[in-house]
Amino acid sequence: MRERGQREVFCGLTGIIWLHRKIQDAFFLVVGSRTCAHLMQSAAGVMIFAEPRFATAIMEERDLAGMTDANEELDRVVAQLLARRPDIRLLFLVGSCPSEVIKLDLSRAAQRLNATHAPGVRVLNYSGSGIETTFTQGEDACLAALVPEMRADPAPGLLVVGALAEVVEDQMRRLFAALGIGPVAFLPPRRAADLPGVGPGTRFLLAQPFLAETARLLEDRGARRLAAPFPLGAEGTTAWLRAAAEAWGIPAARFREVTTAGEQRARTAIARHRPLLAGRRITFFPDSQLEIPLARFLSRELDMQPVEIGTPYLHRQHLAEELALLAADAMLSEGGDVDRQLDRCRAARPDIVVCGLGLANPLEAEGFTTKWSIELVFTPIQGYDQAGDLAALFARPLDRRTRLMV
Amino acid sequence: MQLAVWTYEGPPHIGAMRVATAMLGLHYVLHAPQGDTYADLLFTMIERRGDRPPVTYTTFQARDLGGDTAELFKTAAREAFERFQPQAMIVGASCTAELIQDDPGGLARALGLPIPVVALELPSYQKKENWGAAETFYRLVRGLCAPPAPRAEGRTPSCNILGPTALGFRHRDDLREITDLLTRMGVAINVTAPLGATPADLARLGEADFNIVLYPEIAGPAAAWLTRAHAQPATKTIPIGLGATREFIAEVAGLAGLDAAPILAAETARSAWYSRSVDSNYLTGKRVFVFGDATHALAAARMATEELGFTLVGLGSYAREQARELRDAAKAHGIEATISDDYLAVEAAIQAAQPELILGTQMERHTAKRLGIPCAVISAPVHVQDYPARYSPQMGFEGANVLFDTWVHPLMMGLEEHLLGMFREDFEFHGEAAPSHLGAAAATATAAPTPPATLTWAAEAERELGKIPFFVRGKARRNTERYATEHGIGTITIEALYDAKAHFSR
Repeated sequence: MRERGQREVFCGLTGIIWLHRKIQDAFFLVVGSRTCAHLMQSAAGVMIFAEPRFATAIMEERDLAGMTDANEELDRVVAQLLARRPDIRLLFLVGSCPSEVIKLDLSRAAQRLNATHAPGVRVLNYSGSGIETTFTQGEDACLAALVPEMRADPAPGLLVVGALAEVVEDQMRRLFAALGIGPVAFLPPRRAADLPGVGPGTRFLLAQPFLAETARLLEDRGARRLAAPFPLGAEGTTAWLRAAAEAWGIPAARFREVTTAGEQRARTAIARHRPLLAGRRITFFPDSQLEIPLARFLSRELDMQPVEIGTPYLHRQHLAEELALLAADAMLSEGGDVDRQLDRCRAARPDIVVCGLGLANPLEAEGFTTKWSIELVFTPIQGYDQAGDLAALFARPLDRRTRLMV
Repeated sequence: MQLAVWTYEGPPHIGAMRVATAMLGLHYVLHAPQGDTYADLLFTMIERRGDRPPVTYTTFQARDLGGDTAELFKTAAREAFERFQPQAMIVGASCTAELIQDDPGGLARALGLPIPVVALELPSYQKKENWGAAETFYRLVRGLCAPPAPRAEGRTPSCNILGPTALGFRHRDDLREITDLLTRMGVAINVTAPLGATPADLARLGEADFNIVLYPEIAGPAAAWLTRAHAQPATKTIPIGLGATREFIAEVAGLAGLDAAPILAAETARSAWYSRSVDSNYLTGKRVFVFGDATHALAAARMATEELGFTLVGLGSYAREQARELRDAAKAHGIEATISDDYLAVEAAIQAAQPELILGTQMERHTAKRLGIPCAVISAPVHVQDYPARYSPQMGFEGANVLFDTWVHPLMMGLEEHLLGMFREDFEFHGEAAPSHLGAAAATATAAPTPPATLTWAAEAERELGKIPFFVRGKARRNTERYATEHGIGTITIEALYDAKAHFSR
């Protein structure tokens, strides 16, 4: 089902909140309005007080008067910023709704600033505006801006695409090493200088379902995507690893030898939560594009029943393996009209609702149990050793509801 | 362009949302791109409201910019009317919609809805949140208030209470405190607005004899208009602090034609005695830096100096609108006011003034934490902990009690900290003793406990353990060692670490 209307979702700027933690020498400068700055502040919570590597160049009345003026202003702000943060090697100019609507050319600005600040600082641009991107699509836009920067490298190698928590990334590295798959590189890298190469020998695995544009640009440079479900849960992680193992021609016996212990551990950890979750009906409001893989994990490994799976955007090709694992009668909705979906949710009365923070407390007040979805983007949930934690995220609100006597 | 990480105020449409969310039976249709709904969570999370704010966003996207955004607005407005059946509606544009120049007011009029529709012009690139709230409230009052009705002779004097909104710092409890006070004085409350008022209530504003302005930043323009159009005088005194509360009572009594003496004789705040008690001697001359919105900063400066005996070493506000009043008040204390919405300028002023206590917003709370200075919050912006479950007004007699406790508490903690430092080697006050909330000095990490003699950690596993957040690391270490002991593992590898995690995960 495809729907449109009022959408209760974040814009792509919010991707900065986790991306700046990942690329440790990058700075994200949003060119936008006070609203953008206010959004970043609200989304970042207390992180805003830890000298974060992002900021907003707030456009004012006089910036809107004439374009040349706005460009000069931007140059001034960037110079001011780089003087204050000499440790920065990569600067992203991030477009917003206001900057896109007035057609402030940030790619030209990035070129111009590159000339000024090279070789110390590389300046790139992408758009995180709400009119073009929804929440995690901001990461897609950011990584897509990095792809043209990758050096050409025809040698065979595996590229894992999508920001993962460092602890997860390290686990994956160890598994690939044990399987004899390599060399393995990650996009985004932890430091700007470590940007991996790409070429016809590159095989890439998407670690996240929201990377449509990044994947397209990697394919344009000759890399080939390894089709796989996403590494959520024991089953998803095994299937994801297997896609790489098959591409590298690793014998099945060797694959089982390396993965069995982790998979078993994951199943043990997941099993603890099954009594609370099995048979429970779950509805997802659209948020991050993680909804379909999550619904697959919860239905197949914890016996939950998806009622409605909302996703802001459905990339049928990247999600083909996931959709094949979902029950045929699962109701998928793409896009969304929040008031109509609330009507459907109230009519269906699921046991747990996955939704954003704007809806969570109001739904709790109506008697629903909710799981706020943003946590699923900030918490390490991928891989074998996080599978139990992932199940726990859904079990906790139900557990809490049974404990509280008030 | 202005380089900003922290902003003291949101854009003006957030102010309009604060008014709309405070009221009942009013719906706000906001022409805005996808993503601007982030503002909902300020109300549902920070203020913990159990309802969604009554706001419909048109949620336009890039593909809509060809020209049908106006149609999108009309559809959203019509559907919002049908679904929510409001008594009145406000319509306007957020910063991006302001640039595409659809005319929400005109478009809404064209729909011919059978309810009043108030159009808002909120210039997002010049003005901010408080201005947006004030303008919205003013437009609503102007648009909905009925012509003044003749007032009956000899009836109980009555007033409106103006200013409290959603997401206001302690507005809920200030309102209760002041309502109770007015009731004890024998003044009837005609309408309280925006908080809890309906559009129909706004129509009755003219029936009161005078207005109580609790927060001039929000209610100032509306009250000034009511004075002009309905000959209703408005209060000027903000009843924060014991002295100001007494003046407020005298001012209200004057407007209501009542005698203030009985209530002034009967009531006081416990804070007056607490401040005189010998225990408070050490507060004398403490250097205090005050920053916040203008109303709270001015009130705090007065209470700090007159009722706690502090020395004011800094006073400022992010609100340029009230700069003159602040400058005058600062001058009276022989200091220069800090008028800035740049937190770095505020931090520099704080460092220069070297205060022993900071009274400010959540930004100053974090600056204070970094500088290791005690701090209490007196003004928005504030975070979730400053929308407390308990009753905690800032205004009136109970407000003075709350302020005394709130401001003195971090100083007592500061004294504790000092004692801990002085007696660091003392058997009771050793370095590992209870870390205080101030953290800065007491941030020494607890040393890793020695594992049982039979156990060793592989270097790789030890590093992996280091990736676990510090607040659960100790537990993870203990669990892993317990698991290793029980399973006869001598050297803890990464595998063992995660085996243990799976074993204990719950």
